[in-house]
Amino acid sequence: MWRTLRDLLRFNRQFAAGIVLLGIVAAFSCLSFFSPYPPNDSFVVPPDVPPSWAYPMGTTSRGQDLFWLLSFAIRNTLLFGMVVAILSRALALVIGLVAGYSGGLVDRALMSINDTFIVIPLFPILVLFYFVMRDHMSWGLLALMMACLGWAYDARLIRSVALSLRTREFTQTGIFSGMSTRQILVEEHLPYVLPILFSTTMNNINWSIGLEVTLSVLGFTDINTPTIGVLIYWANQHTALVAGIWWWLFFPVLLVVMTFIGLFLLAVSMNEHIDPRSRLGRS
Amino acid sequence: MPGYLVYLLTRLGQFALVVFIGINIAFIVTHATPIDPVEQSIAAATQFGSTSPEAIALMRQSLKELYGLEGDLAHQYAAFWSRILVGNFGPSLSAFPTPVSVLIGRALPWTVSLLVVSTVLTWVMGNLLGGLAGYFHRSRALRLAGILAMAFHPIPYYIVAFLLLIVFGHVWPILPISGGSSMNMTQEWSWAFVGSVVSHAILPVASLALVGLGGWFMGMRALVSNVVTEDYVTYAELGGVARRRILAAYVMRNALMPQVTGLAMSLGAIFNGAIITEQVFGYPGIGTLLVSAVHAGDYSLVLGITTVSIVAVSIAVLLIDLLYPLLDPRVRAR
Repeated sequence: MWRTLRDLLRFNRQFAAGIVLLGIVAAFSCLSFFSPYPPNDSFVVPPDVPPSWAYPMGTTSRGQDLFWLLSFAIRNTLLFGMVVAILSRALALVIGLVAGYSGGLVDRALMSINDTFIVIPLFPILVLFYFVMRDHMSWGLLALMMACLGWAYDARLIRSVALSLRTREFTQTGIFSGMSTRQILVEEHLPYVLPILFSTTMNNINWSIGLEVTLSVLGFTDINTPTIGVLIYWANQHTALVAGIWWWLFFPVLLVVMTFIGLFLLAVSMNEHIDPRSRLGRS
Repeated sequence: MPGYLVYLLTRLGQFALVVFIGINIAFIVTHATPIDPVEQSIAAATQFGSTSPEAIALMRQSLKELYGLEGDLAHQYAAFWSRILVGNFGPSLSAFPTPVSVLIGRALPWTVSLLVVSTVLTWVMGNLLGGLAGYFHRSRALRLAGILAMAFHPIPYYIVAFLLLIVFGHVWPILPISGGSSMNMTQEWSWAFVGSVVSHAILPVASLALVGLGGWFMGMRALVSNVVTEDYVTYAELGGVARRRILAAYVMRNALMPQVTGLAMSLGAIFNGAIITEQVFGYPGIGTLLVSAVHAGDYSLVLGITTVSIVAVSIAVLLIDLLYPLLDPRVRAR
């Protein structure tokens, strides 16, 4: 494991760039623990001050120090992405492994449902969800909802691996030596699926953060918990762009773009590592 | 039974399943929440000033009818479906008494044309460039294109649209950034009007294309670089088949099949992106309508748009699926 990571860092420029970008973002989010102000206090510093030594990212029109506020926002955003990813990974793993291993009717039924979830446009459904929940909308609820909707694509990927594992000899050996289905799936098949699981995690975090930012920017989430999207929402509410307070928009967008590209590079380089054929094709 | 018929029936079945599950999700979302939407609407309406108890009772009754909350759950479920099957979502609350279907019908052509133009453009460009990049993998210009496509690909639609808005609306204002056409023009088939529609569509289409291009590009590049190593390609090269012909008829044609399937699978996500992009640029389509409906608290309009989106995307996927056998003879012969 550590050796793989070291090799990836040394020989794969995409992986190294992704790690650096995410490292900066993660370090910045950890700064939130040292913030001198609680995230929701406003008018603690003079409003609309451009970036300077005292306020490295300037201050907002609501009198918040953008540097510290942003550290809270990126922490919540990252946490959101991880919660959605972990929950939906569990779903994708169970459905993908069971469908691939069982085959036949179970596989067909599960994959029909799976394809349905891939096709359905999720955004209107999430908007409908907000519309019904309104003020009761919370961060955790949205994460749960998105986890329930966001497993399908990766379940299909995992299933395709499980399909080929089923025909391998060790599976037969396992069956004949009396292992239960659960044992075979968890002890024999899971280790083969884990690398793919990691790379889909990165893509899933990207997906969920992207949707969260979009919903928040429109004001369709809990707008009192600072996330990157909520920050942009408030900047738009105060017409920061027209008022010339560019830093209020620039730094959140910069940070979230760094996150997206970082996660994406990690996913791409991991895929490449899993499938060495594409490595050979590139050189 | 001939292969094509089996294929057709399974696709139709899948289409019915998508619509069925999608509508059920919409039902669950609207009915299984612990919050009573009727009481919430009443609370919002009676927040200011005092309202007589009779008026509140009347309001509660009409809202219950509107939300389809009368009777037990089975009754509500049946009522929900009957409204959807007929396509009647009642009058819009915010634009009373215009029916929801009229509002959606007015917005839908804008969204559909924006989606079709940007999707076709992005898919063709991405596959063409990706195919070239996979075949001529030493070309520097194509490598640069690959890096650029990769940089934009992971960024969500909203952020890209927003960046374009800032660049072409504030920093270098050369393109219109709001609306579907100029305000003071009558909608007619004249050069001036069509020109105005096209110039208003440039930024929305560009933001959808910038995000979408990378996915097709990278997918096609990977597929082509796999196909190129096949024996029949080497054989064709040794046999002196023209390179253009090898690329078009031997390599690209075979690599294109998974990309068609990919298009069907990602239509939902592209639709999500179009909704957001419309909202950023104030484009008069479904997305802008949806957001304004939420802000106006217009329940029937929000539900109507959600349902129409699910059905419309499933129809588009079905169309692609039905075209697939024309491109891939193996499905026909099976």
